[in-house]
Amino acid sequence: MSKVAQRTGPLDGRNFGTTGVTLTPAAAATRISLRAREDGLATAKKILGFAPPGKPKSSATKGSINCLWIGPDEWLVIDADDSGLPAKFAKEGNTKLSAVEISHRNTAILLEGAKAVDVLNSGCPQDLSSASFPVGACSRTILGKSEIVLYRTGEHAFRVECWRSFSDYVWSFLMDAAKSA
Amino acid sequence: MSFSVNTGANRIAGKGRLSPSKTVTFTLDGRQLNAMEGDTLASAMLANGIHLAGRSFKYHRPRGILGAGAEEPSALMDISRDNARRQPNVRATVQEVFDGMKAKTQNHYPSLTFDVGAVNNWFSPFFSAGFYYKTFMWPKQAWKNLYEPFIREAAGLGKAPEEADPDHYANRYAHCDLLIVGGGASGLMAAKTAAKSGKRIILADESASMGGWLLAESEATIGGRPAGEWVTETVAELAAMENVTLLPRTTAFGYYAHNMVALAERVTDHRSRPDPDLPRERLWQVRAKKVILATGAIERHLVFADNDRPGIMLASAARMYLNHYGVAVGRNVGIYTACDSAWAAAFDLQNAGVKVTAIIDMRAAPDPDLVEKAREMGIPVRTGSAVTKTAGKMRIRSMTVEPIADPLSEKFEIDCLLVSGGWTPSVHLFSQSRGKLKFDEENGRFVPDIHVEDCASIGSCNGTDDMDTALAEAVAAATAAVSGRAVKAPKTSGFASMRGHLIGSAKGAGPDDHVMAFIDFQNDVCAKDVRLAVREGMHSIEHVKRYTTTGMATDQGKMSNMHGLAIAAEALGKEIPAVGLTTFRAPYTPVTFGAIVNHSKGDLFDVTRRTPMHSWAEEHGAVFEDVGNWKRAWYFPRAGEDMHAAVARECKTTREAAGIFDASTLGKIEVVGPDAVKFMELMYTNPWQKLAVGMCRYGIMCREDGFIYDDGVVGRISEDRFHVTTTTGGAPRVLNMMEDYLQTEFPEWKVWLTSTSEQWAVIGVQGPKAREIVEPLVEGIDLSLEAMPHMAIREGKICGVPTRLMRVSFTGELGFEINVPADYGRAVWDAIWERGEPLGMAPYGTEAMHVMRAEKGFIIVGQDTDGTVTPQDAGVGWAVGKKKADFVGIRGLTRPDLVAEGRRQLIGLRTKDPKVVLEEGAQIVADPNQPVPMKMLGFVTSSYWSETLGHSIALALVEGGFGRKGDTLYVPMENETIAVEVCDTIFLDKEGARLNV
Amino acid sequence: MLLIHCPYCEEERPELEFRGAGEAHIARPANMAEISDADFEKFFFIRDNEKGVVYERWRHIHGCGRFFNAARHSVSDKFIMTYKAGEKKPKITKTQIDAVKPPAKGTPANEPVWTVGGKGEAK
Repeated sequence: MSKVAQRTGPLDGRNFGTTGVTLTPAAAATRISLRAREDGLATAKKILGFAPPGKPKSSATKGSINCLWIGPDEWLVIDADDSGLPAKFAKEGNTKLSAVEISHRNTAILLEGAKAVDVLNSGCPQDLSSASFPVGACSRTILGKSEIVLYRTGEHAFRVECWRSFSDYVWSFLMDAAKSA
Repeated sequence: MSFSVNTGANRIAGKGRLSPSKTVTFTLDGRQLNAMEGDTLASAMLANGIHLAGRSFKYHRPRGILGAGAEEPSALMDISRDNARRQPNVRATVQEVFDGMKAKTQNHYPSLTFDVGAVNNWFSPFFSAGFYYKTFMWPKQAWKNLYEPFIREAAGLGKAPEEADPDHYANRYAHCDLLIVGGGASGLMAAKTAAKSGKRIILADESASMGGWLLAESEATIGGRPAGEWVTETVAELAAMENVTLLPRTTAFGYYAHNMVALAERVTDHRSRPDPDLPRERLWQVRAKKVILATGAIERHLVFADNDRPGIMLASAARMYLNHYGVAVGRNVGIYTACDSAWAAAFDLQNAGVKVTAIIDMRAAPDPDLVEKAREMGIPVRTGSAVTKTAGKMRIRSMTVEPIADPLSEKFEIDCLLVSGGWTPSVHLFSQSRGKLKFDEENGRFVPDIHVEDCASIGSCNGTDDMDTALAEAVAAATAAVSGRAVKAPKTSGFASMRGHLIGSAKGAGPDDHVMAFIDFQNDVCAKDVRLAVREGMHSIEHVKRYTTTGMATDQGKMSNMHGLAIAAEALGKEIPAVGLTTFRAPYTPVTFGAIVNHSKGDLFDVTRRTPMHSWAEEHGAVFEDVGNWKRAWYFPRAGEDMHAAVARECKTTREAAGIFDASTLGKIEVVGPDAVKFMELMYTNPWQKLAVGMCRYGIMCREDGFIYDDGVVGRISEDRFHVTTTTGGAPRVLNMMEDYLQTEFPEWKVWLTSTSEQWAVIGVQGPKAREIVEPLVEGIDLSLEAMPHMAIREGKICGVPTRLMRVSFTGELGFEINVPADYGRAVWDAIWERGEPLGMAPYGTEAMHVMRAEKGFIIVGQDTDGTVTPQDAGVGWAVGKKKADFVGIRGLTRPDLVAEGRRQLIGLRTKDPKVVLEEGAQIVADPNQPVPMKMLGFVTSSYWSETLGHSIALALVEGGFGRKGDTLYVPMENETIAVEVCDTIFLDKEGARLNV
Repeated sequence: MLLIHCPYCEEERPELEFRGAGEAHIARPANMAEISDADFEKFFFIRDNEKGVVYERWRHIHGCGRFFNAARHSVSDKFIMTYKAGEKKPKITKTQIDAVKPPAKGTPANEPVWTVGGKGEAK
């Protein structure tokens, strides 16, 4: 048996900042694509410790776990600590819901600063004003030519989730936008 | 006042709003000139007494500066900072001068004042409307050799830069409650009113300074304050408000569906040394709940003989140059008008010490107050008169004036002639939004009528000339737009009247066919051209426009539209509304490609997707190929190897020892839920009920029409969980099609789909030594043949991390596809490499993968199929479940044409000469000696050199191919005809012995 | 760029997040394997492509991922309504059509889309 393989994130070692914003690769996290209908929500609640949010564009958080509404039967669960969610879901089985681990499919960029909205609006066509996209709001949308999941974590702070192989593009796009914002 | 720097002899001390203490230096055709900060190139030229600005497009006639804004059709210049940062056809009236700017006049050789192209002017009778259509008709051969090169040489205005554009550009999506286009009196008033509501307001104006034509006024007041001060105060007030975004130098150029308006902001073009991080321009894509169009009006010129001489300009422009820039456009100025507003220009100039030689008004009885004032000021007035002739080559020298009813003429010496044919409301954006216009007969103009988008037009773009009324309109529209409280509009005084107009040709345009009375300066179209077009049968205004080119290109009808229309209507004997307007097109003014492309250039042109093991391939010298957005390692050449040698070696090594392959780009979908197997039965042609947990099956997916859509290996992880793989390119469309069926046809089924394409890095290890290499790294999985036969899938650990290990083979060799969470991909690959290299393992790329799968007759969807191939055609009919009651494509497969004889079927080909490798795509015939056009039987879909077999191999789709085994067919090429023999698609190890180890 | 109301996200979103998915209300026959050639032709190939009100499918592919339906005027590009997949084809009234159809040539001047008194609502 050889040594245990080490993780290499797609954005390891990167960072970028202007006077308006900073970009930081998010730390590794456990992610689950949760799919369930009405009858699966109780099970999901039991495992997560809270009910998945039912309102479009909204999120719910408890402890290290964030649960983002993506669609009427779809949530993106992000667990910053390893609370063993995949095992807990596996134990419950697939009769009422589907939980697929996508910890490595996605990666995330943390975008912070006074110009964050301007930077995002260089490529994201949604209205990101606080009135329309308040702290806690989240949505799958697009940034330039990439799909992203956008999650507002603070007045001037966003988490930009994207697929692994799109992260170089998303990072470069945000950098380009930050320079010209 | 004394100037420290001389910014031009025609600068009038005490006039204008620019600061004499801030000056810049630029060059015009190499000559150094000084200007004030805030000057446009046009105002700076005029301050230096320069009217001559270039040569016209077709006739190379000397042209001057006509206007003071975006409507300028003539003064198009080449502006540069350096060789790469050079832009042709920039309006001198829009370009602000900056220190170090280089401006050049265009369309002349060898110099502006002596231009050989001007012979076109002498030959102008030949360049009539439809010249190109009539002249370059025949002989056909001459097109390629003569006409096209000539037209290409002569066509176009200005020279495109040859170096890549080093600037960068930005984009901004913006949302607002109210977008106001135009920062003139009405726009500012609307913004001021609406801003109080706290709602989000964007105000865009194309000029550097807000204020629009207010800046041209001299004595006007708003709310008792001088208009200029009112502008400054209002702009300052708006700038201080957080809910207001002010965008000067920003042109709204397109109005699209659902209140989306595109704006182009010029960020650095006026700066001498811009911050390199700043974008040159920014595209704004604004989604507005309401739009207020306050786009103003554009003054028209008059159509009379030789109305294009340098020194002839719009009266409003002269007022703007005087009152805003402090520049007198001449010393000896004539006025020729059909509109009151030109009188104001005369009075302002006379008051500033410029001699106004005469005011010629076409109208028999203009406003007596104006006439009286002119007499008081000592300006000669001729009413009911027309300018019938002008003289002066590089600058106007004189005008000849005749009473309209009388041939008596008198001549005035002038150095500048200010003209006004009245004002054309700028309805471009309104019209682009599909709003309908109506003709205002009394004032000779089209004004907005029926709104289609959620917008309102206010002020002079709405035909509201009176300033008090315009401001009241602005207040009302803004209040309504933000549901705010109505306020009282301020009272105004001293604004120039805009009454009076002429559309069509004036007396001086003559009825004959040789007078050069221009209606479109930019495209060199005269009144006679429009008349000729009508005579030659162009009875629709759309045809007249295209035949004469009037209003085309960047003019977009700003100056020429109404005149052209009126002349056409007259020639047609129709009323103007019956002739109709041509459609206004976006963009309103030219937009750079840079702004449209914005961030999407260089590395950001498109997404480049790289696998977790990309860096390893790079380090090991891989040559990459693009597969969709992915970069895939194509082959790994060693020193001295070309592609052919590398691929041959990679195949040989894999078949004799082992090869390692990055298969991460394969699409992967996790199908989960109690109805998962039911869903798989629907989506794939294969049966799935009996697939055991822990086993894989090759699946084919069709569309309803029965044609192959995608394929891939599917593993059953548990009763209700499948690990589905798709082709690299097919991943998104397969998931989309699956979701479509699930959501819209079978929403009650309990099954969910999740893309896991990028969750897993996939490492293929193929070859006789594959097990030996992988085994020691794996925990919890027995890799022996008995425990893990071909097409088994197991979950366990490799290098201490979780894996889904599949025993599958796309090469025909013993092989594993090792799925590991993507972030571990590189580390696991490294570990396998460390172990495999000493055992003779080599990395192989997509090309070797293609060769090895072709040796086994495995199809590649999209290469060996093209959307018209059924599973049966492709020789994989065995994958269609015969006992299934339903699957996508079940009915399509029994369509008459799909079961008919003579379909193209996938077969193997061996060239008679084993060394010859066929070209993919080459056509196949039965008889190479038949007459052309030959009957094509099909074509080659895949073709390679097989190092393992020592001969070339090919796959082909051939009519009735299955029945032609052993037949000789021919592939006719340009220089030879290649004989081939039809054979089985499996070239290697038909029995599968190599797998069963 | 259109603004499309997603019935699942319950708000208007830019067209960039969506993908068109063809004509709506074409149900896949339950007895697919047995239908006649003529019925298959009708099901798979024949589309109305009306000039006027069209019923069409969209997918909020870069949003909630849901397929849904829309009634839209194909000349003016204006939406009458969007509704969830599986909901019945709505009856569209003349008033609804009049509200979205493009103004006819020569239509007499009508009220602006929103009145300048502040009381009018956007159509």
